[in-house]
Amino acid sequence: MRIPCPLCGDRDRREFYYMGAAEALTAPPGPEAPPEVIDDQLHLRTNPAGETRDVWYHETGCGAWLIVTRDTVTHAVHGAVLAERRGTTA
Amino acid sequence: MAKLPETSPAAGLLPLTHGGLTLSEGPARRMWMIQPYPGREAGLDAALRDAHGIGFPEPSRSTGQRGGRLIWAGRAQALWIGTADPAPGLAQHAALTDQSDAWAFLKLEGAGAEAALARLTPLDLHPSVFKRGHAARAPLGHMSAILHRRSAALELFVFRSMARTAVHEIGVAMRSLAARAAV
Amino acid sequence: MSGPMRLEKGGLIDRSREIRFQFDDQWMGGVAGDTLASALLANGVRLVGRSFKYHRPRGILTAGSEEPNALVEIGKAARRTPNVRATTQELYEGLYAVSQNRFPSLKWDLLEVNDLFAPFLGAGFYYKTFMWPRAFWERLYEPLIRRAAGLGALSKQTNPDHYEKAFAHCDLLVIGAGPTGLMAALTAARAGADVILADEGDRMGGRLLSETITLDGQPGPDWVAGVLAELQGMDNVRLMPRTTVTGAYDGGTFGAVERVGLHLSAPAADLPLECFWRITARRAILAAGALERPIAFRDNDRPGVMLASAVRSYVNRYAVAPGRKVAVFGTSDDAHRTVADLQAAGVEVVALIDARADATTTLDVPFYAGATVTGTEGRLGLRRITVTRAAGSRVIDADCLAISGGWNPTVHLTCHMNARPVWREDIAAFVPPEGAVPGLTPAGACASRFATTDCLGDGVAAATEALTALGAKVSPPDLPRTDDAAWRGAALWAVPGKGRAWLDFQNDVTVKDVQQAARENMVSVEHMKRYTTQGMAPDQGKNSNVAALAMLADVTGRAIPETGTTTFRPPYTPVAIATMGAGGQGAGFAPQRYMTSHDASVEKGAPMIEAGLWYRPSYFPRAGERTWREACDREVGHVRTAVGVCDVSTLGKIELHGPDAGRFLDLVYTNTFSTLAPGRTRYGLMLREDGHVMDDGTTACLAEGHYLMTTTTAAAGQVMRHLDFVQQVHAPGMAVRFTSVTEQWAQFAIAGPRALEVVNGFLDTPVDDAALPFMGNCAVTLGGIGGRLFRISFSGERGYELAVPARYGAALFRDLVARAEGLGGGAYGMEALNVLRIEKGFLTHAELHGRTTAFDLGLAKMVSAKKVCVGQRAAARPGLTGPDREQLVGLKPAGAVKQILAGAHLFAERAEAVRENDEGYVTSACYSPTLGTTLGLGFLRNGRARHGEVIRMVDHLRGVETLCEVCDPVFFDPEGGRARGETS
Repeated sequence: MRIPCPLCGDRDRREFYYMGAAEALTAPPGPEAPPEVIDDQLHLRTNPAGETRDVWYHETGCGAWLIVTRDTVTHAVHGAVLAERRGTTA
Repeated sequence: MAKLPETSPAAGLLPLTHGGLTLSEGPARRMWMIQPYPGREAGLDAALRDAHGIGFPEPSRSTGQRGGRLIWAGRAQALWIGTADPAPGLAQHAALTDQSDAWAFLKLEGAGAEAALARLTPLDLHPSVFKRGHAARAPLGHMSAILHRRSAALELFVFRSMARTAVHEIGVAMRSLAARAAV
Repeated sequence: MSGPMRLEKGGLIDRSREIRFQFDDQWMGGVAGDTLASALLANGVRLVGRSFKYHRPRGILTAGSEEPNALVEIGKAARRTPNVRATTQELYEGLYAVSQNRFPSLKWDLLEVNDLFAPFLGAGFYYKTFMWPRAFWERLYEPLIRRAAGLGALSKQTNPDHYEKAFAHCDLLVIGAGPTGLMAALTAARAGADVILADEGDRMGGRLLSETITLDGQPGPDWVAGVLAELQGMDNVRLMPRTTVTGAYDGGTFGAVERVGLHLSAPAADLPLECFWRITARRAILAAGALERPIAFRDNDRPGVMLASAVRSYVNRYAVAPGRKVAVFGTSDDAHRTVADLQAAGVEVVALIDARADATTTLDVPFYAGATVTGTEGRLGLRRITVTRAAGSRVIDADCLAISGGWNPTVHLTCHMNARPVWREDIAAFVPPEGAVPGLTPAGACASRFATTDCLGDGVAAATEALTALGAKVSPPDLPRTDDAAWRGAALWAVPGKGRAWLDFQNDVTVKDVQQAARENMVSVEHMKRYTTQGMAPDQGKNSNVAALAMLADVTGRAIPETGTTTFRPPYTPVAIATMGAGGQGAGFAPQRYMTSHDASVEKGAPMIEAGLWYRPSYFPRAGERTWREACDREVGHVRTAVGVCDVSTLGKIELHGPDAGRFLDLVYTNTFSTLAPGRTRYGLMLREDGHVMDDGTTACLAEGHYLMTTTTAAAGQVMRHLDFVQQVHAPGMAVRFTSVTEQWAQFAIAGPRALEVVNGFLDTPVDDAALPFMGNCAVTLGGIGGRLFRISFSGERGYELAVPARYGAALFRDLVARAEGLGGGAYGMEALNVLRIEKGFLTHAELHGRTTAFDLGLAKMVSAKKVCVGQRAAARPGLTGPDREQLVGLKPAGAVKQILAGAHLFAERAEAVRENDEGYVTSACYSPTLGTTLGLGFLRNGRARHGEVIRMVDHLRGVETLCEVCDPVFFDPEGGRARGETS
């Protein structure tokens, strides 16, 4: 598997650390949110068959956190953006 | 008190020659990590040009000449390598952190250097792909390294504490290539 | 002469270079260019192995990597390699080969009796017979079966050989160097693409090396040599012979095994035996060819029965007569081609048996059209065959029978990403599924175009298509003219009749087994496979899958597409674990990190122990000390009464810069750092997003907007990843940057009542408590060298950490230790460090193990309510605080037994020590020479409310039980006056 790092180009999967679904990056619940909402934010994932977005860290590379769009059915990797720029590109 | 004696990261380990390849330790240099603050990239670039006549490198590239050069070393950071420290005024635009003792600076020279490193890094180092002035942050074995092509040599920077492992592993690859050539 | 069956002329061998080798301890001769199989055949050896289950005598069936029978052990002692296919093993001087799965000898195998019990050993035998009693399985049945049914044996010694891993990248990977692959590589190479041509053979050319086909009037091997010469001369081409592409993976990545030293008599020590390649290709062409299929008929497994393509390989390439009287049985024109080649080489052909009723021939050979072979004779090798036609049967003397059941395209790699091959009725074969592996194009025989002319054209077309997709301009080379005709044939899977007809030679599966599986309702192909074990041997059904499937379709009255098919997974051929694990043996498993004081510690006799990737001294033994405990107790004493020195450079050090650095620290730490003044240092607690404690450590404010964070040795990488995450995801706009300086600074702890004396001995300007109070920090110089000095303590004593650039670390450590020794102290290691911190109740990752919260650790007050930090809200969830939580406590022995052991569990004094009553566990324990007792730290349910209570510690694993008193986790100097320098 190859991941297209926006800074380093296509790189071997073993350079990356996998964190999980990009849903984890949605805005944290407000201070009034009940514990159930915090729990869901931490642990509840949709696990789609098909296109998914997840978070990877280019650990033995440039140190950038990435949001990778890929397909869980075909294993195709469609692209990756820098997590710090997700507001402007996603 | 008297000045403490110095020990280089690969002291007693290098140089190493097998077949047509030589691995040696680079000269002691001032090394600083330069990390522009968000939104200050242009200011840093201008300040660098003013002070040192070189710009901040694009990702996967290096800039500079003999006196001082910058090798891209990851997201929002480049490694200054020079005979002197970078201008302190750069600190307005970027974090400057002394790394002069943090990296083992190795040079691999000779025909087939790419083949030796292909035993250790998943990076494509073919001269038509990884050209002169190209830089990468990539694994070398299980180590995180900075790789850079400078004229005839491939320059490698690994954590100082891993110098022995790096020399050992590159040495194994060099010996293996020499043994293949002898078959 | 290298054996009685060697032909006088012809072949791609060098008769002038004789090679001596041993098979079953008998010396024989071969020549350069031989495989072990061809050399054995040249020496008239037909019996080479015993079958897996029935121990039937077996001979060489093929001339390639799909060989199911001729598996041997190569080499001696630790260098012994089992299950080597004799058909791919190149011969070298002194090669030592032994046959497998027989006792006491190949000719007299006691377990041949299994063959007599065959009626009882059919499909599902193991499942039915060894079900009951259950306990017998592990103790009796399994060891018995493992002994009886087997292949080669491992040496069980440490592997002394060198293996290698490597990465390669290219524009186009061509898999297979037969006519298709050669033309594809040539097309791409001439277009300037970066090409890798990989072939599993020692010599490239594929079937062209084994056939008498001509190209542009040249013999096949000559044409191949010409193409290879051109490719070799090009910089953009890498030829990789002896390289089997074993798997296709995501993103254009392929696994490949290169045999580097396995064909050499005495490979150099530095030479890897094999190299495991990971090839990343922008495009790939699969030119893997096709595998000839056997035909099932009664007793078709005798030594001497051989695939027709293999017969041609042995005759044409290796110049070996596979028999003195050869019969040929087939369903296609390949049978006729085989007869012609044999006759041209002067080998007697006793019969050509063509199952097609309408077949004709112009060859001068006894010809049987519309006939089949219905039986064979010969215990250790073929002697006679029975040929049956409508008119009747006749027995013919033959010592070799060439069989040809048509061809199966080698579709394996196209199935590696979860696709299944597609049935094509017109050629009765499975073909590659369309687009199954992105970027991989099957071409030539593996794409069911069998004729050489078609292969050549297909190679050019596939390369042109691939290169055009990559944006290259291609001018296709001219196609050579060939004299090869289109393939004509019919399918014949099995000859009906009595007796056992083998489908899977390697796992001893017959037509009857498949029929029986179907009768017992194993009608799904996946069930049939597992019930009969067909296709589950090392050859993974290369010779048998399609025929077995056809049999299943036949017996269940379904068409083949309805019956379905199993698929193929990597690797294409077996890969040695040593090859896949190359570089991972011994110390190669991970980098070794050495502190600058390493050599000095070793010189002092300190045993070095692993701490993550680092090596740290365990203790520093002195003359007269007999145990580690004596050294450890002394070192603890140094620190408590004089001064100790310890290298703490392994702790993670992260330097932060920027106007927002303080705010950023507030976000990642539970407590507040933005208020920390320059020159001050603070202990901080960091949470994960889920509210559990990730790490702790001190952070020093060096100057306005400039901080130095320390992490534990173990969590340094994790903390860096976390900081990157928080900065990039939660705070991308903050003006803060940080980088690791762990490697930049050599840092030494100097602790004890006399620590300041030692430190000041090195500073150009001495410090005192006013200049550097507890939890302070300052810049210092040592003989002009800039350093950093921190007044922090992990021992509870007056403590300093002195940091200098790493180049000075080795020298400074020696000097520090010498100075400390002069004051009645010395260096201390990990054991003493651990005792010192347990006495003080300080935490390590034994306590911060990922399931503990700030509340559990008694640090809830460190979580500031005045600001937001990562994990703060998650830590407040119900269940993560309160009296039900296991809380950090100290433990002291309270009964006759004084032992406290980390890992032991805690129970109420009178409760039974079972899981239901478990109330906690011990995380750290030591003997405290300071307090003269054993101490423990642990977690106990509602522990903070239970100080003074006596509980039971039970270590079920080591059988130790101790009564313990629960107490505060700070055992020594709870007021902390010693660290502040107020008392000593």
